[in-house]
Amino acid sequence: MSLHVAHPYMANSVPALKQEMLDSIGVDSIEQLFQQIPAEHRLKRPINLPPALNETQLRRHLLSILSKNKTTEQYLNFLGAGSWQHHVPAACDEVVRRNEWLTSVFGEPSSDHGRNQAWFEFCSQLGELLNMDLVGLPVRSWGCAAGHAIRMATRINGRNEVAIVRAIDPERLSVIRNYCEPVEMPSHITVRLIDYDPATGLIDLEHLRATVGANTAAVYFETPSYLGVIEHQGAEIAAIAHAAGAEVIVGVDPISLGVLAAPIDFGADIVVGTTQPLGVHMNCGGGVSGFIASRDEERYAHQYPTLFISIAPTTKPGEYGFGLSLFEQSSYGLRDKGNDWTGHSVYMWAIANAVYMAMMGPQGFEDVGGVILQRAHYAAKLLGQIPGVRVTFPSGFFKEFVVNFDTTGHSVADINKRLLDLGIFGGKDLTRDFPELGASALYCVTEVHTQADLERLAAALKEVIAQ
Amino acid sequence: MSTTLREYHAPVWSEPVIMEMGYPGRRGVIFSEVEEDVKTAVGSVEALVPVTMRRGRKPALPEMSEPEVLYHYLRLSQQTLGMMGISLFGTCTMKYNAQINEAMAWRAEITEVHPYQDEDTLQGALEIVHGMDTILRELSGMDQFIFQAGGGADAAYTSCAVTRAYHASRGELEQRNEIITTIQTHPSSAATAAAAGFKVITLMIEENGYPSLESLKAAVSSRTAALMVNNPDDMGVYNPEIREWVRLVHEAGGLCFYDHANFNGAMTKIRARELGFDACMFMLHKTFGAPKSGVGGPAVGAYGCSAELAPFLPAPVVAFDGERYSLDHDRPQSCGKIREFWGNVPVILKAYAWSRAMGAEGMAEASDISVLANNYMEKGLLAIRGVTRSHPDATSPRLEMTRYSLQQMKEETGVDVHDVQNRMSDFGIDPMWSSHHPWLVEEPFTPEPGEMYGKEALDTWIAVLAQISAEAYSNPQIVKTSPHNQAIHRLKSANMDDPQHWAMTWRAFQRKRQNT
Repeated sequence: MSLHVAHPYMANSVPALKQEMLDSIGVDSIEQLFQQIPAEHRLKRPINLPPALNETQLRRHLLSILSKNKTTEQYLNFLGAGSWQHHVPAACDEVVRRNEWLTSVFGEPSSDHGRNQAWFEFCSQLGELLNMDLVGLPVRSWGCAAGHAIRMATRINGRNEVAIVRAIDPERLSVIRNYCEPVEMPSHITVRLIDYDPATGLIDLEHLRATVGANTAAVYFETPSYLGVIEHQGAEIAAIAHAAGAEVIVGVDPISLGVLAAPIDFGADIVVGTTQPLGVHMNCGGGVSGFIASRDEERYAHQYPTLFISIAPTTKPGEYGFGLSLFEQSSYGLRDKGNDWTGHSVYMWAIANAVYMAMMGPQGFEDVGGVILQRAHYAAKLLGQIPGVRVTFPSGFFKEFVVNFDTTGHSVADINKRLLDLGIFGGKDLTRDFPELGASALYCVTEVHTQADLERLAAALKEVIAQ
Repeated sequence: MSTTLREYHAPVWSEPVIMEMGYPGRRGVIFSEVEEDVKTAVGSVEALVPVTMRRGRKPALPEMSEPEVLYHYLRLSQQTLGMMGISLFGTCTMKYNAQINEAMAWRAEITEVHPYQDEDTLQGALEIVHGMDTILRELSGMDQFIFQAGGGADAAYTSCAVTRAYHASRGELEQRNEIITTIQTHPSSAATAAAAGFKVITLMIEENGYPSLESLKAAVSSRTAALMVNNPDDMGVYNPEIREWVRLVHEAGGLCFYDHANFNGAMTKIRARELGFDACMFMLHKTFGAPKSGVGGPAVGAYGCSAELAPFLPAPVVAFDGERYSLDHDRPQSCGKIREFWGNVPVILKAYAWSRAMGAEGMAEASDISVLANNYMEKGLLAIRGVTRSHPDATSPRLEMTRYSLQQMKEETGVDVHDVQNRMSDFGIDPMWSSHHPWLVEEPFTPEPGEMYGKEALDTWIAVLAQISAEAYSNPQIVKTSPHNQAIHRLKSANMDDPQHWAMTWRAFQRKRQNT
């Protein structure tokens, strides 16, 4: 029997301290304190896990596992499709890792003032990008945000259908369908998919007109779309939806908003999206995050499932603090009678987003949008010149575009395997989810890519296809 | 009380809202100029954007240099108490957030990895996920865990989605439209059940602190889809009849979901599957050592279930054939996705690292210490004037937390629990947790000492409450006007639900400012 060694994470793991506390309570053993749990409920054997590791061993163990991952620092990456490689300023990481708010629980507006202010600054800056006055605290992903927004719309107008653009991330659509509930449920929301024009990737307005009606709670579309296209018929789409009494929900990638119009300017009522591009690493998909925003009207405010943080005066004249607003309508306040549900989300990413937006400023967003547009179009041009390769929607996109390989005789999976050998992560394979697009991949180009990177991709693709 | 209280004052930076800061033309990030060849080939930025979609007025963001932004946020971080003081926040199963875990999770092998990379290049990430799955299976007896849910409430929602898919596969979903929960189960179970389309039946607790078997029998029927319950609850009360509950619900054809948010009191002592449960949930943030971060997150609700329910889990599931890890997407009976991709991988890594640093013996000891510490504190706290314990008839020792009441103090002095929360922070103590809504116990508070803090910290916490009680009975104004040593004074929250006053953004505040 080895001597008991106190665990570094547990100050009271010194036997003498435990004895002191037992003596103070007046019981003989810790076991007596578990008397509420009936003996027949107790596990009859010890839990069987590998032996505990000290920090030296743990570090070595984790490094040996992590070394099996390949990174986008080692490989040239063109994957996007819901998790995008953008530049993350080092200051974002430094701020997010601060133990003060990393370890915070909730506190009071006075004791956790700084964190609450940072959250308010997230909402305030995102509100400027969106030109919207009401922004909720973050939700777990873009799909979760869209799902909640659709449910908000059904609560607003009492209808039970939603028209959703067909050119949507299948993962996001699957998340949304869950929020719309299966057909057996009385509160089921019917999802009606709206076709896109095979020539342009834009929404088929005729199909939209034919679909939207008296039961339509909301029309949901995105710009840029999943296939990368800047949907520029927003005003027409909003007019069709509003004429039918439906809400207009628009999904947006906020890093585009230095160069692209804010959705409220073409008629959006509720705007949702991701904030991962704003200072959050891809994290293997663990960087996803979402937001919900709208005009500051009670009609919308009272339907949010999120928590809100509001600026408010303190008891000292002239001083301001930040606290929860409209808490009572949340699931914390009303349980099953609250709006959907809330809980843990991605609140630290909101702080990274706040740092990012402040560092970018108005000019940073305009510049990054321009760099992305020009580099992405250059990449599309280079790839389109490769024999057998076609860019499906060659103009009017932002950072992602569809590349078709039908006439090369190679599958996307094949091409991507060979690109991998050349140190490149090729675009997301669309073959299974969008069979109508043939052997296609979604390529993503951002400000991290240089002209040389794009030329390297083009040369590699040329080589791979010629094989 | 022999403990002397330290003098404390929070940093006061009087930091402006960032929207008021900056100077035109300052930059925090710059991007390299686009290459001439590129420009020549594609033309101007403007020409690449359809006319109707061009941004008009630039966003009114602050214009600041990098250090100005950095130090603004570092000052704000300093004005956040978190675990810098003593934080005994009930119902959260708070843990130390080990720095080695942070250091590992911020390496490029995690941060700079795309979830759609070829599986050959993701073997490390998949091994971590599978490793955590294996650990949680052993702790719960379940057969498969997934990590897609972005928090505990999201895991409860996952359970509702799996419940729907399971009953739908048997053609019984329309009939089984009710979910039973208890008033002491976390609000997220009731809320997600309702949002998933179920009718919610909430059982109330009795004198002994948990609902009666009779109330469950009256609620269970052929309409029962599932039971969603925690045990122990967030008062440290364990329902000893839980096995019989599970049997009754199963007999009626329903499923049983165990919310393990309050795991410390049961960790290594019982296993959900052996009590008969079909599914359970663990919070990898908080319970397994990853940070909570406020309301908070990024977080993970790890959801585990029996082999019978596994086909209905959200896809993909991480599989291991003995040599290679892969993502199994081919799950035709899956309930669909809960969230994009396969989970907050950095959080899973931190939880895996915590589990490996603790080992089974460390986890058992953590459970022991947290229950010991709670009962140790109870003795000190009940000696304080104005403090009582909930459910005085339930005399067995509580597990890892205890629900107390300050109702007596309020009646005798006018000082309520919110006043006390504010005053605590004047001593560098993180304001204690009260209770979820509705408040069944008047003026409730619920400290949870856990296993991280030492006896000295617990003594300090008790001494602070004793000091505040003494103030309440001698000079209540000190407490009622607190805090006095904080970053700011007490928020005037009376108007925060008023549309004329609430301002969730700086834009809204500028518009409404004259109203205040």
